[in-house]
Amino acid sequence: MTKKKPAAGYAEFMARAYVMEMDASERYADFADQMEVHNNPEVAELFRKLSHIEGLHAQRILEEMGWKQPPRALLSWRWDEEPEPPETAPVTELHYLMQPWHALELGLKNERRALKFFERLVKSAGMPAAVKKVAKEMAQEEREHVRLIEQWMKRVPKPEPGWDRDPDPPVYSD
Amino acid sequence: MNAPAVAPALTAQSFKSDYKPVWCPGCGDYTVLASITRALAALALRPENVAVVSGIGCSSRIPAYTTCFGFHGVHGRALAAGTGLKVARPDLTVVVAGGDGDGYSIGGNHFLHACRRNVDLTYIVMDNHVYGMTKGQPSPTTEPDWKSKLSPSGTGLREFHPLVIALASGANFIARAFSGDPSGTASLIAEAIQHPGFSFIEVLSPCVTFRPEQRAWKEAVRPAPVAPTDDPARAARRLMTDDGFNLGVLYKGKRSPYATAKRAAQEVAELEREFAL
Repeated sequence: MTKKKPAAGYAEFMARAYVMEMDASERYADFADQMEVHNNPEVAELFRKLSHIEGLHAQRILEEMGWKQPPRALLSWRWDEEPEPPETAPVTELHYLMQPWHALELGLKNERRALKFFERLVKSAGMPAAVKKVAKEMAQEEREHVRLIEQWMKRVPKPEPGWDRDPDPPVYSD
Repeated sequence: MNAPAVAPALTAQSFKSDYKPVWCPGCGDYTVLASITRALAALALRPENVAVVSGIGCSSRIPAYTTCFGFHGVHGRALAAGTGLKVARPDLTVVVAGGDGDGYSIGGNHFLHACRRNVDLTYIVMDNHVYGMTKGQPSPTTEPDWKSKLSPSGTGLREFHPLVIALASGANFIARAFSGDPSGTASLIAEAIQHPGFSFIEVLSPCVTFRPEQRAWKEAVRPAPVAPTDDPARAARRLMTDDGFNLGVLYKGKRSPYATAKRAAQEVAELEREFAL
């Protein structure tokens, strides 16, 4: 049975949602690489896990849409006036001595931004009903991710003050 | 059904090598690398048709992180190597990349003359206003009052204004980007590659290790409030009053790029005769 052809606005929305998940997945994978290079395997593993989770979300969109070829971000795309998709963590937020709690805190911020993004779409006027419907579902998913990360953070030790103190700092220049 | 966005032949990932960058976590250069690979993918180029050439410094490690041809050259001489390559192999897309120390200090003279020669290549400078690899010395773009262990009272020296110098020296395309906007940076790189002649892009790329205050650049940058101009006099006025945070294409000139003379194709034997003592 052939799938019913989705409306153009809906397909565009799903393409954006796919790119949003993939971008987040790739950024977490980059972060995992950075932490491996800087001998922080615990945080690297956590970022790897987050990357995998976002990758699964992207995969699900591909399957739902029946796309043989993944959609690509257009260089001109903007996200709520922000240059990067809402679930993508800014590169400058990393620290080589960061701990798993920090990585989760970063993940939590990203999920909250994504939640806001979908909530705004649900509320925005002039959006096709099909898009609103799926945006509502995605907002619900993001809400669930926020809850899961908050719970996860409770199981991880909160860093002590001075966690970023390094007895052999790279900035030593005397 | 196929996806709505047009998919080029290769993805950005196809332009990334298996080597993991050794930059500090948080460094802006990570997203510049991502922007270069996105731009190359968006232009549907192939790695074997692109050469990435660099000098020395943190950002100059970039050729190793791509699957393109690469040349990690001598300090400050990236443009000399890139110019030679483009003249010898005009079929290649040549991207020269490096930092502010490499490009404006050690390589300052090459920068002037590369702008003047207007060879069809793209020069990307990841500017963090500091020498990161050698532990934080002030560079030509460092603010005169920036204090560090190595410059306890600041340098007291007026900073270099690379965009003005590029314009005065003859660069045919001048833009400023910010590493915190990878898509915007990728768009500018793609446009620069397509524009004939010498294209220069200054990318503000924070050094979170030696200049952690540069994290605040994301609040300072803004799209340039004016459209690109092809009038050098107008561009000069704009750039002279620019505070260093206007992003976008700031000058798009119409000079014809340097082309090798037809006689360069002459037979080797003929050349040997000319140079015979």
